Amino acid sequence: MTLKTALYEQHLSLGGRMVDFGGWQMPLHYGSQIEEHHSVRKSAGMFDVSHMMIVDLAGERVREFMRLLLANDVGAEPRPGKAIYSCMLNEQGGVIDDLIVYDRADDGFRMVVNAATRDKDLAWIDRHARSFGVDVQARVDLAMIAAQGPEARERVMRVLGAEAPAGTETLRPFQAAWNDRLFVSRTGYTGEDGFEIILPEEEATGLWQRLHRGGLTPSGLGARDTLRLEAGMNLYGADMDENCTPLESGLAWTVAWDPADREFIGRAPLETQRSIGVTRKLKGLVLEARGVLRSGQRVECGASGEGVITSGSFSPTLGKAIALARMPSAAEGSCRVEIRGKMVDARIVKPPFVRNGKSCLQGSPTDE
Amino acid sequence: MSNIPEELHYSRSHEWIRRNEDGTVTVGITDHAQDLLGDMVYVELPEPGQRLAAGDECMVVESVKAASDVYSPLSGEVVAVNDQLADTPELVNQDPYGEGWLFTLQPAEEGEPEELMGAESYRKLIESES
Repeated sequence: MTLKTALYEQHLSLGGRMVDFGGWQMPLHYGSQIEEHHSVRKSAGMFDVSHMMIVDLAGERVREFMRLLLANDVGAEPRPGKAIYSCMLNEQGGVIDDLIVYDRADDGFRMVVNAATRDKDLAWIDRHARSFGVDVQARVDLAMIAAQGPEARERVMRVLGAEAPAGTETLRPFQAAWNDRLFVSRTGYTGEDGFEIILPEEEATGLWQRLHRGGLTPSGLGARDTLRLEAGMNLYGADMDENCTPLESGLAWTVAWDPADREFIGRAPLETQRSIGVTRKLKGLVLEARGVLRSGQRVECGASGEGVITSGSFSPTLGKAIALARMPSAAEGSCRVEIRGKMVDARIVKPPFVRNGKSCLQGSPTDE
Repeated sequence: MSNIPEELHYSRSHEWIRRNEDGTVTVGITDHAQDLLGDMVYVELPEPGQRLAAGDECMVVESVKAASDVYSPLSGEVVAVNDQLADTPELVNQDPYGEGWLFTLQPAEEGEPEELMGAESYRKLIESES
């Protein structure tokens, strides 16, 4: 089955190189992935992310339900507009999906989950929601555009003008504002400032065209992937899945242990792992020599053992290859990566690699 | 549409060859191939002096998207490689038939191998693949 977003025709008319992504026809790039990447780091780009699934949850006991469903904590009291990044775990502590959840106070919660996992996510949520009487709605009537980059918010505000929901201009990171038409949050997946805008499907084309005229560069999934990798952000299905826990995936910071009596799904195995310690962790790698790190490449870490690259690419901002790799917890310093039968030296670093346009790597200035 | 110069010969695996006046041949990848691969970020060239048989995987081009083998269209000895690509692999995207050439071979045999095709046949091949 081939799915198309409301912006499919826009992608074609912009010369998008369309690829299948989780069943969706999406633009990989519109000419040059690297130029699109640089636009986001230096000025402003926009992405069609309508393939991601928006789920609205409501009901008397919805807060109680969210506190069971997610490893991060939406809190016992309403915090209207607050966004949280969380994993949704299975009973073994494995990651079913990662997502953003928005607190809409009296209107319940809005979650944005991955496209490729939508069916299993919905099945899982439904299964647990039933006993709480929580209403779960997949909002297939909505589209979503991510505007990202140091100039993105300013340009979006200029385009939206009075249409912007009250408070949009002064949103803090991980906050959302909304009105009848638009739901705008200061979130993203690039390591840059910006907005994600959710709106009715039938209005997506109009807004996309206005944002384009307003100076946002259409950017594809290719740039989205190199941007998120530079920002040290995990990709579900590559860097983590149901066979690993958040603690093994660089996501321990997203697990809310307090209050200790909040029994979220997967808590018990996570507590055990926390107390005995994890044997493998997600770490960053930087290749100092020429070449490109790719997922699946084997990593030798001397006495610590072996690891494997889960996401790798060329970093357009740093001009060298970077990767996320699942490595023995003790591995540090340097390691060797097998690239086409040859062992190549790499450095182990703590992600992110790039934040707000600047290199985070020590001892290797890349500022222009 | 892809640029397919009339004067070149082409392989089924999307390499092109140009016959030079000194008897050597220059090899590159086609405009269609570079377009499919996307932005080049790394090129691993063969060694000068290396002997290749037709069809050998002799080098690798890597785009942001993926690594791809390049096959030698002819048997022969590598006499020159495009060192510029170490620092500027994007030349393969920008000028695949010119500045983005990959290597030059001294062919082991005279004449054109049957497997190579002219511009018209290559155009039909990529139309049939799309």
